[in-house]
Amino acid sequence: MAEERKFGWGPRQDNVLIGKSIQRIDGFEKVSGRAKYTADMNTPGTLYAKLLTCTHAHARLKKLDVEPAKKIPGVRAVYVFPAGDLKPEGSGEIFWDGTLIAAVAADRPEIAEDGVKAIIAEYEVLEHIVDEEDLAAAEAAKATKAVGKNAKGKVEDALKTAKHVHKGYYGVNTISHMCLEPHGTHCEWKADEVLDVHASTQNVSGLAGQFAGPLGIDAAKVLVTANFEGGGFGSKFAADEWGIAAAKMAKETGKPVKLMLDRATELKAAGTRPSGYIDVTLGADETGKIIAWDSHHWGSGGISGGAIPVGGVPYVFDFENRNRSATQLNCNVGPTRAWRAPPHPQLCILTHCAIDDLAAKIGKDSYDVFLHNLEQTAGTAPHLPATYKAEMEIAAKLIGWKEKWHPHGKDAGKGAIKRGLGMALHTWGGGAGGCACNVKIHADGSVESFVGSQDIGTGTRTIIAITLAETFGLPLAGIKVNLGSNKYPASAASGGSITVGGVSGAHRRAAQTALWKIFDLVAEKYKVDAGTLAAKGGSIVSGEKKICTWKQAAMLLGPMGLETKGEGPAEDGLTSSRVGGVQMADVSVDSETGIVRVNKFVAVQDCGLILDELTAKSQIYGGVIMGIAYALSEERVMDKKTGRYINADLQNYKLPRIGDIGEIIVDIYQPDSEYNRGVIGLGEPPVISPGAAISNAVANALGVRVPVVPLTPQRVLAALSKKGGAA
Amino acid sequence: MRDRETQERYGPDVNRRSFLKGSGVAVAATAIATAAEEALAQDKKATSAATSSKAQDIELTINGTVHKLKLEPRVTLLDAIRNDCNLTGCKEVCTTKNCGACTVMINGKAVYACTRLAVAEQGKKITTVEALSAGGKTDPVITCFIKHDATQCGYCTPGFVVATRAFLNEHPKATLEEIQKGLGGNLCRCGTYDGVAKCALELAKGGA
Repeated sequence: MAEERKFGWGPRQDNVLIGKSIQRIDGFEKVSGRAKYTADMNTPGTLYAKLLTCTHAHARLKKLDVEPAKKIPGVRAVYVFPAGDLKPEGSGEIFWDGTLIAAVAADRPEIAEDGVKAIIAEYEVLEHIVDEEDLAAAEAAKATKAVGKNAKGKVEDALKTAKHVHKGYYGVNTISHMCLEPHGTHCEWKADEVLDVHASTQNVSGLAGQFAGPLGIDAAKVLVTANFEGGGFGSKFAADEWGIAAAKMAKETGKPVKLMLDRATELKAAGTRPSGYIDVTLGADETGKIIAWDSHHWGSGGISGGAIPVGGVPYVFDFENRNRSATQLNCNVGPTRAWRAPPHPQLCILTHCAIDDLAAKIGKDSYDVFLHNLEQTAGTAPHLPATYKAEMEIAAKLIGWKEKWHPHGKDAGKGAIKRGLGMALHTWGGGAGGCACNVKIHADGSVESFVGSQDIGTGTRTIIAITLAETFGLPLAGIKVNLGSNKYPASAASGGSITVGGVSGAHRRAAQTALWKIFDLVAEKYKVDAGTLAAKGGSIVSGEKKICTWKQAAMLLGPMGLETKGEGPAEDGLTSSRVGGVQMADVSVDSETGIVRVNKFVAVQDCGLILDELTAKSQIYGGVIMGIAYALSEERVMDKKTGRYINADLQNYKLPRIGDIGEIIVDIYQPDSEYNRGVIGLGEPPVISPGAAISNAVANALGVRVPVVPLTPQRVLAALSKKGGAA
Repeated sequence: MRDRETQERYGPDVNRRSFLKGSGVAVAATAIATAAEEALAQDKKATSAATSSKAQDIELTINGTVHKLKLEPRVTLLDAIRNDCNLTGCKEVCTTKNCGACTVMINGKAVYACTRLAVAEQGKKITTVEALSAGGKTDPVITCFIKHDATQCGYCTPGFVVATRAFLNEHPKATLEEIQKGLGGNLCRCGTYDGVAKCALELAKGGA
């Protein structure tokens, strides 16, 4: 052979598909309504399950009588969740609104609802605490726990010598994942005691054991399928108690059972992103270099932990002298789950809003203070300062920072509408996750792949097809991708932006392995040097000379074709990790109504080698829009008096609509140096900075900080009135 | 967020089953179609609190096909389409006419199927997303959504597609501002609005 065979991507300029804007291969199924999600499973005889939940924040279940439900014609099964089980003596304590008590499976959904209403549940209501921001009250109620403290350098001395000191308070409220397809499963027992589960999951390969254990069956007898999944954002990794309930009711009735959470339960029980609040003091020297950070943050992830850990602040940056500590509030609120880039969006708000206010105190442009301190991000990764610098320059140009920026609250507009600019930056790993796949080349030259991964809307199918088509020199239509089943080789759960690297790396390895084998067969048959061969345009070529068609080459494999395995991750340059990203917001604030509008939002994002620019940009648009949501409107509202999650519906849980997002400019930072890094995941990073960038823009517009995100009209007006009236 | 009560796509101001089953009959009667009023009145007479009212024969004309169903009057149009006709392109998300994932067309107008009663929609021309790519013909809204990647998880997408088709039928030369207003009745969590707007604008420029 002419040269050593090594796994790797081809020269950038030779790519036919990689890096181009490619429409997703499952686009038609999704857009036409043909795609079948778990919630769409209607196999014959399917029963519909509905849930009874406790609507007290803290209570003791005194009595649960499910017999009236069982008597309703059409009700086939009633399942009592562990929280509804009153044995042994002393159990029955409920700790948050939304706790699942019982499920009813019936012939029709409306009959299941009748069943739920017929159940008699009696509670003794107990004291609760749901205010996640009020640290003093939680301490007085003994509902706190210190979760860490650490120190570096000499903070007190540094603050004494600092030229500029800023003390601030910032926070971000809890939000829910709000998956549009709720959590749930369709469970059906098949011949030979096999449980056939369709699950709305991000974790196809990891669910079988989670069902098998509680059901007392072998994991080998659990089939898990998720061809499509209607949003997860980090909350759909588990079988969950409602999945087990569906499987048990299916077993009991001998019929398929579909249990999808209702909207309120989806918001209350299926995951939230924890709140975070911080008291922080920063010090800077005369040049604006930050030399000291002293902080204490707190928040709640529910009754059993999950609050933001101590180690996350200061975010991206670290300073020579730094103290930090954190406290967890054990509130009677629903539990947290990983929410896209956990917990970076909160950390970014808690840190970068403080830096922005420090810049204002120094009297400098925030951009210059961020820039001046970029060297202090090198601890996160040595290449980041240079990446951030390049991205800040691009973002500043795209938003017109130099032309539009003004000191906080100065020259922001003559009338009630004030305009301002803000920025923030972020980082994420996004290294490849574990993945195994089989790539099969049939004797007729058609290609398919099998992988136990899932496409949660990120374009997994498409980037697998691109990887294989590019490697084999075939059109996308020549590739069939099979995923979404645990029958295929195991692949990691899709969370943390690890999927694109995992599946593309494994598939490139499998495909290159297959291609080398084909090259050897072609070389032997056509008497050419295998080292000169390449697969291009449906042919095997040697330099400019066509040796044979792809189909002719595939025929050399014999009637059984060829199947190769791909695995990963590996340290072979196909994938990498650690990205930066800079975002800037241009907002208008109506200082009379408190309404904030994003005029323009710029997201500049590096992510190594881009496989599909179209779906990559979609991830960034999506991240920014989710960011605008939590920056301006969405939050879990807990009623202090009743302890209930009072906006657990889509009427009062406010998400932006198509006219609420302003102009979004997405710019992927992709010089050759990024291409050469290999593939890095992109799902998380773009959702991190919007909260801080928008909060900073509002502070720039008003000259006053609205301390807690989301920046609702009420909070904006409250901040203005504290300052002394409209800006 | 936009005040949705100003949108013309609002269905009758009734809540779902629980409301219809119970004390809300008087209020509902002012708002919904006659057939449903009668059904509700019968429903109230015929049932005790704990049990369901009787199912009745109804006919729904969906995508040109007549579906003969036996349903209780309280069954929503959405449940009938999804569960009884197995047309699952329209989705159940909010159940409170907020998100538009359940959007279908009735006599050419986009409506929220989650807050309408199947019994009240008899004799009307119901069109679901499936009809937009039937018989070997694909609506340009579908191809244009794919082109602009106006879908991620895809769960809100069919509702958006139907809303876009109905909107463009009425506003074939819509501006971006009109599109933002006209499609403000649908929600997406993944953040596909940019692609949706580009798609609608492109079709409006080309005469839909």
